[in-house]
Amino acid sequence: MSGPKTLFDKIWEKHLVDVQDDGTCLIYIDRHIIHEITSAQAFDGLRENGRKPRRPKSTLMVADHNVPTSDRSLPIENEESRIQVELLEKNAREFNLPFIDYREVRQGIVHVIGPEQGFTLPGCTLVCGDSHTSTHGALGALAFGIGTSEVEHVLATQTLIQSPLKNMRITVDGSLPDGLTAKDLILAIIGKIGTAGGTGHVIEYAGRAIEELSIEGRMTVCNMSIEAGARAGLVAPDQKTFDYVMGRPMAPKAGQWEHAVKMWKQLPSDEGAAYETEVTLNAADIEPQVTWGTNPEMVLPISANIPNPADEQDPGRRDLYERALKYMELEANSKLTDIHIDKVFIGSCTNSRIEDMRAAAQIAKGRKVADSVYAMVVPGSGLIKEQAEEEGLDKIFTEAGFDWREPGCSMCLGMNGDMLQPGERSASTSNRNFEGRQGPGGRTHLVSPAMAAAAAINGHLSDVRDFI
Amino acid sequence: MEKFTKLDGVAAPMPMINCDTDRIIPARFLKTIKKTGLGVNLFNDVRYNEDGSEKPDFVLNKGPYREAKFLVAGENFGCGSSREHAPWALMDFGIKCVIAPSFADIFYNNSFKNGVLLITLPQEQIDRLMDDAEKGANARMAVDLESQEITRPDGETIPFDIDPHRKHCLLNGLDDIGLTMQKDEKISTYEGARNTAEPWL
Repeated sequence: MSGPKTLFDKIWEKHLVDVQDDGTCLIYIDRHIIHEITSAQAFDGLRENGRKPRRPKSTLMVADHNVPTSDRSLPIENEESRIQVELLEKNAREFNLPFIDYREVRQGIVHVIGPEQGFTLPGCTLVCGDSHTSTHGALGALAFGIGTSEVEHVLATQTLIQSPLKNMRITVDGSLPDGLTAKDLILAIIGKIGTAGGTGHVIEYAGRAIEELSIEGRMTVCNMSIEAGARAGLVAPDQKTFDYVMGRPMAPKAGQWEHAVKMWKQLPSDEGAAYETEVTLNAADIEPQVTWGTNPEMVLPISANIPNPADEQDPGRRDLYERALKYMELEANSKLTDIHIDKVFIGSCTNSRIEDMRAAAQIAKGRKVADSVYAMVVPGSGLIKEQAEEEGLDKIFTEAGFDWREPGCSMCLGMNGDMLQPGERSASTSNRNFEGRQGPGGRTHLVSPAMAAAAAINGHLSDVRDFI
Repeated sequence: MEKFTKLDGVAAPMPMINCDTDRIIPARFLKTIKKTGLGVNLFNDVRYNEDGSEKPDFVLNKGPYREAKFLVAGENFGCGSSREHAPWALMDFGIKCVIAPSFADIFYNNSFKNGVLLITLPQEQIDRLMDDAEKGANARMAVDLESQEITRPDGETIPFDIDPHRKHCLLNGLDDIGLTMQKDEKISTYEGARNTAEPWL
């Protein structure tokens, strides 16, 4: 391919190992993260066929989905969870793969620790058996989720069979108003393009508002690309990216660093590069966002009222909205700020980084969680927990009545025992509000960390701008 | 992987759009370390009451649909989590073919790697197949992968498109890994060049 290229085109072309006559591509995978939920069957496959991991040092293994967020010195109570976590370690030892024990301080959610350890690098290809692998695109890595068969394929061959993705660019002009965060931005984007708007695409996020985001904020945006149907999100690496990566344990060392940065500077899309799909919005128009329904595109500004399904022209969508309101036990046309909540969850691969902890703490400081609410804060990694404690954020949270927990995926998907009971309602900083996602019969409202803290204090969904 | 050549049986209608993989198999069933045995929990939370009894209104709890081999589904089927447990659960239940206007990308890849055939058709044709699927015991369809044709209950055939590589793998029950390992030399050449150019990787 000649002519101007996108960031995606450049990474894709550089990783092509083979192109078959029918167009099927074999791409090289630089980085592979493995967790306990989607890997056991892949290792069985290797054993059954007498295969070995091709390049162990490209791999990083850690348990996150099933780990308790309570005292780690105790054994894992749930037997199935314990077996999965132990099996991950056994597989790491048997195949001699880099592994982080869940009791180590470096442990955390796969999508938090990849960038944190410098394992994720600009321009690399990175996969993991988890759809939120799109997170790593914030550093300019082509990162996407894969299934267990593909985990086995990458282990055995360090490659994947793929078809090229289409390029989509979402340009966000203007600056985010005070009190608004990357979470509000990505929810607004999903509201605009829908849950299938990015299917078959990689989304490159561009424009002033994206440039102004921290790396953590860019991770939040790229994380939820999958909620817009896109397999991957990307942000062009810039000086902020290089500053973030420099000096991390697995990043290129002095002597190689300058050479690496020189290569990474070639990555941003060329002027005039073509995108199959373009979307533009202005950050200044965005209000704090909250989901009201059962998928992330059912999202509105906090000042809005719940929609009336009768206003929907399309019968499929009307049916979907009716179903969502019934499941969520909400009335059409009622105010979002009248929705009372039972639990608040601040955490997940979307919003558990230090900046998220700070944003929530800023709202919590000197205030109290409402009596009717149980609120938990789950940092994304042991290192984030440590840093937050150095900054005194844990004190702010616990004095306000929040529960300060150990790192992991926790109530985002309720596998480790942290979950909603049937009928309970949460304000959650996670990424999916599907029926039963946080526990059977549970109801989820997705919000930013600051909005979650505000909801915890008021006991109902609230506009964070009233707190600042 | 088992070969997929032809399939015939009952088709169940599932018109809802954006059917996500949490719905297909909720997260708490991902604690298994096997690929089998998930069929009983397929669509668990919409299929069973809290006490474990069946919800009579759910399609797969109704007479002939208990034996369904096809699903006719709404757009964006399989969105959300990358869990391969979703096609494992479908397969374990006995559903080996899903026909919908569109599928989410990761679910699409995962299904083909497990011998589940996904067929994408325009909404207009889906509407007709959905009507067929409403016919209970008479909702019998057939698919022939070689000739790329679906046969409706009334005998009419509908052609469909499929990626030639995926078709080849399904028809022959081929393991992708084995195929890729035949390209070992190309992978080694690539790795050699990359280790020189970007030794930090």
